[in-house]
Amino acid sequence: MSDAPESLVQVRNLHKVFRRGSERIDVLQGVNLDLAQGEYLSLMGPSGSGKTTLLNLIGGLDTPSDGSVTVSGDRIDKMSGGKLSRWRSRHIGFVFQLYNLLPVLTAERNVDLPLLLSPLSRAQRKKHVATALAMVGLSDRAKHYPRQLSGGQEQRVGIARAIVTDPTLLLCDEPTGDLDRRSGDEILELLQALNKEHGKAIIMVTHDARAAERASRTLYLDKGMLVNEGVDA
Amino acid sequence: MFRWFAQTLAVTGLSIRSLPQRAGPSLVAVVGITGVVVTFVAVLSIAEGFNAAMANAGSADTAIVMRGGSNAELNSALELDSTRIIEDAPGVRRGDSGPMASAELFVIVNVPKKSTGTDANVPLRGIQAAAFDVRQEVQLVEGRRFAAGTNEIIVGRSASNQFAGLELGQTQRWGENAWTVVGIFEADGTISESEIWCDAAVLQPAYRRGSTFQSVMARLDSPETFQAFKDALTTDPRLDVQVERETDYYSSQSSMVRGIITGIGTVIAVLMGIGAVFGAVNTMYNAVATRTREIATLRALGFGGSSVVVSVLVESAFLAALGGVIGGALAYAAFHGYQTATMNFQTFSQVAFAFTVTPMLLVQGAMYALAMGLVGGLFPAVRAARLPIVTALREL
Ligand SMILES: Nc1ncnc2c1ncn2[C@@H]1O[C@H](COP(=O)(O)OP(=O)(O)OP(=O)(O)O)[C@@H](O)[C@H]1O
Ligand SMILES: [Mg+2]
Repeated sequence: MSDAPESLVQVRNLHKVFRRGSERIDVLQGVNLDLAQGEYLSLMGPSGSGKTTLLNLIGGLDTPSDGSVTVSGDRIDKMSGGKLSRWRSRHIGFVFQLYNLLPVLTAERNVDLPLLLSPLSRAQRKKHVATALAMVGLSDRAKHYPRQLSGGQEQRVGIARAIVTDPTLLLCDEPTGDLDRRSGDEILELLQALNKEHGKAIIMVTHDARAAERASRTLYLDKGMLVNEGVDA
Repeated sequence: MFRWFAQTLAVTGLSIRSLPQRAGPSLVAVVGITGVVVTFVAVLSIAEGFNAAMANAGSADTAIVMRGGSNAELNSALELDSTRIIEDAPGVRRGDSGPMASAELFVIVNVPKKSTGTDANVPLRGIQAAAFDVRQEVQLVEGRRFAAGTNEIIVGRSASNQFAGLELGQTQRWGENAWTVVGIFEADGTISESEIWCDAAVLQPAYRRGSTFQSVMARLDSPETFQAFKDALTTDPRLDVQVERETDYYSSQSSMVRGIITGIGTVIAVLMGIGAVFGAVNTMYNAVATRTREIATLRALGFGGSSVVVSVLVESAFLAALGGVIGGALAYAAFHGYQTATMNFQTFSQVAFAFTVTPMLLVQGAMYALAMGLVGGLFPAVRAARLPIVTALREL
């Protein structure tokens, strides 16, 4: 493992233990991971192997039991509370399996949400939102509410919301898990385009080998450890 | 700081906008708080009304003289000689027919209430002709004054409204005498309107009071002459009297009742308030539970925990304020001006008054509602902010 200066994410000896009553679950047991700038990594593994847990630790949604997580030079395992929240809003774009759009807001207002945490003016925000919606091909659905959109469209709004702040890293947890094949493929095309044309670094958790193939590299999580099955593209 | 504000505003806006989806449970909280505020305002409006009736009572340039240490007219007794000395004291205003001072006595008679038919105590006051000069607010609105030396009575407007058989021309038997109503009077809503008046000279023998009175009501030259008048009487070796301004007398008379009503009202409001707070707590826990994924999503996007706390508190306060406003409006519509009477325990007689929903009470009711909302929202708000993001995101 090299601490190459261009590596965007460095995970070192990462452990995560959950306790449920007296039961102790060692989900991650010494995970090491490096992600280069502009890399597109897919993460596979059986259900319950800790993929979501690893993603959450890299995204600063949770804190590790042991080990370190460095993202673009920040030791986020050392951060907590408000500082971590602010860090997330600047560096991470999350794409959720179930989209997690706010039903009371239109597509554009959903996309605008993360910008409320930025120092941008209203006019600047409007421009960013329009750009993000254009990138996911939904400019004509800006005023629609989530319930007026198809699943694939909802996920595209979710992606627009994730990229509107121009984050360092896009974290996608089974982004196509709830979509039919056609819509799923559209989402995968979109992520690929974001990676290829805009240089976005992406980590995507997926159960679908076909989806994983789109990434530049695939890692497998098993029994708390990452195994490299060498399907490098 | 400004960004925190914008962020909090956005989160709060979201919670308010999603309220319609939680209409049912939200309504429960609103109704609970409405109930408390209605009760709170209604009960305290009794105290206010009573207060107003008593505060209205008396004027600053009128003094009431009773036997020393008697504190209330009921316990007082003054001999004829004493009343003469009092009437001639310095500071008493003089009219065409002599000093404006009325030696008075009163007894309690039983009259059935119109509403329930049960007997209530009503003061029957024997007055002298000067009483009309002393209490200038008294105006006959029906009939005429009683004729001196007869068993005729005049009845205050509230007493006439509240009690049966006190209308013009009706006759009542109290003790060994029959009394006929020949007039109805108003007195600017003051306590006199709760009384029945007759000729003191008739009342004395009817109740075997000999030549004693209980008080002298005296109209003074001006409010400022009160001290001189009081000093003259209290230093007079022939007299043992206490002298009070009429206004002070009535307000001290009402203090106990006012205290009791306010006390009871507060206890009821607090007890009900505790119930309503639990209702609000429940509603807000519910709201937080329903919005778990939404809150977790916002937190994942980087929104701060404090913004979430504020949004839950604001939503709770908003619901409570709604309850407060509705409650205040209902209390006003249902109770304001409602006429009733209560026992003044210090005189053991009925005082008629109207529920009075003052603007101050409405403000207090709204504040109380707001307080219930904030207290009720506190724990749910903290729970919302402490929500572990990752577990919350797992929930569907
Ligand atoms: N907050 C938590 N408390 C207790 N146990 C947890 C918690 N989060 C995850 N786990 C447990 O950790 C293990 C890994 O969970 P994780 O969600 O990371 O798996 P996953 O690989 O994403 O699975 P899936 O493919 O089903 O999404 C599971 O056994 C899960 O029950
Ligand atoms: Mg998972």
